[in-house]
Amino acid sequence: MSELYVCKVGELDDGSVRLVGEPGRQIGVMLHDGEYLAYRNRCPHQGGPACEGVRIPQVQDVLAEDGQFLGQRYDENDLHIVCPWHGYEFHIKTGEHVINPAIRLHKHKAVVREGAVYVQL
Amino acid sequence: MTATAGVFREPSRKTFDTEQHLANAYQQAQDRHYEDFLIVDVDSHHYETEAFGEIAKYIEDPVLRDEALYQGMARGGVTSIDGSYQEMTGRVTRYPLRRHEVTPPTIHRDLTLMRRWMDPMGVDMACMFPTPMLNIATCPRVETEVALARAYNRWLCDNILAEEPRLTSMLYLPFNDPEACYKIVEEFGDRKGVIGFMVTSTHYKSVQDNAFVKTYGALQERGLPLGFHAAYTWGDKSTALMNRFISVHALGFVWHNMVHMTNWLMNGMPERFPKLKTLWIESGLAWVPFLMQRLDNEFMMRSSDAPLLKRKPSDYMREMFYTSQPMEMVDNQEALELTFKMINAESQLLYSSDYPHWDMDLPSTIYDLPFLKEQGKRAILGGNAQSLFKLEPHFAPWKLERSHQRQAATGA
Repeated sequence: MSELYVCKVGELDDGSVRLVGEPGRQIGVMLHDGEYLAYRNRCPHQGGPACEGVRIPQVQDVLAEDGQFLGQRYDENDLHIVCPWHGYEFHIKTGEHVINPAIRLHKHKAVVREGAVYVQL
Repeated sequence: MTATAGVFREPSRKTFDTEQHLANAYQQAQDRHYEDFLIVDVDSHHYETEAFGEIAKYIEDPVLRDEALYQGMARGGVTSIDGSYQEMTGRVTRYPLRRHEVTPPTIHRDLTLMRRWMDPMGVDMACMFPTPMLNIATCPRVETEVALARAYNRWLCDNILAEEPRLTSMLYLPFNDPEACYKIVEEFGDRKGVIGFMVTSTHYKSVQDNAFVKTYGALQERGLPLGFHAAYTWGDKSTALMNRFISVHALGFVWHNMVHMTNWLMNGMPERFPKLKTLWIESGLAWVPFLMQRLDNEFMMRSSDAPLLKRKPSDYMREMFYTSQPMEMVDNQEALELTFKMINAESQLLYSSDYPHWDMDLPSTIYDLPFLKEQGKRAILGGNAQSLFKLEPHFAPWKLERSHQRQAATGA
């Protein structure tokens, strides 16, 4: 299996992303909570560069016990990758679309070896 | 006469100092010995907008706080009826980052930016519309709408359409002033790149009003289509009931065109102006089968209400033209295919991207449809527009070059 070199361990800040590979076939490698995650930089919706978008947590409507709307909040435990073309949102940990998990970013395996990060093609 | 040295001060428009601005007030205060008593002002103001970035941080709801920080408050902000909420708090990055895009100084920025999105998407020619200026339709000052419409149309023709044959436009009609609409058709109908005229659908004027007959006649005579460009407004009584942008956008963009389409049909406009072609823009497609069924059903029971119609409403609707975006294509291809059949898409549907807006569609949304044959795809992506607008084709430079390279490679 071929691999692409991404970076040295520690070179990528938590929350940032590095794109590797040829234009049009790039893979976005991001460091999230100490874990390297890698996805093809192509949104399954219309092909947007999903990994280049912002990352925003799940928005939740907050309801009272009797059903009244109280406001909104973020679920900080569920960060999303947001495609910058149309705003399609994907769970950062799985790459699955937040509404339809059958729609997903293509996931690649990122490996750490001898102080460096590689992504498997 | 002796002259004494004066104390000079030259007022400047570049700086402002409140104490200097009120120096005469201070003189009044001294003259009247205000130091003898207390003065309390019970209605004064500051411009909190200048500190809104600080105030927004005090919003307790974290989601709304982020929206407020992103959008600001007034004039396009979270409190305005047609604000920047549709930018999805920065999720669609081309909205906030666009201002940072560097363009060459010698070419008009709009030309550069148009070419920069058209080329990668493979779009050769585009019919361009304004964005915020579509909303002058709801401006209560009619003369302002007319003045801005004329200014925009003149500017567009002089600076953009005259310079780039790949760019065209259906020019804005200030529909609140029927006579001004007619004059604009007469004034701009022959300008380079003008391929029709457009009404923003959030106008609160009835399309069947006799005041517009002269304009429709002028368009028909010139062979120029009339477009109804959908929009939304939070100022409508029904959308004012909505609290989420998704609601007002999803319904607003179809509702106003449904109103105009219904009036257009029930008043027999297709019979009164049989050669005037209408184009329904940016309402998507799902509303068309709904309205066809709804109007046909009622028309068969009460055709006396629309005596000018010689056929069912849907028969006329099938002869009108529609733009494709935002095409409703979430996992129900069967519905989409039926819609294409019901509107005679292969001759009546015109591809549109709506770029750079958040719900833009690439040409692949049409080209990848499995139920269309190559001929149908090409018609929708360009051929139908070429026929409707009588366009002389102008291709993107990279497409011409690649086409020549392929021809050379195959010896064709």
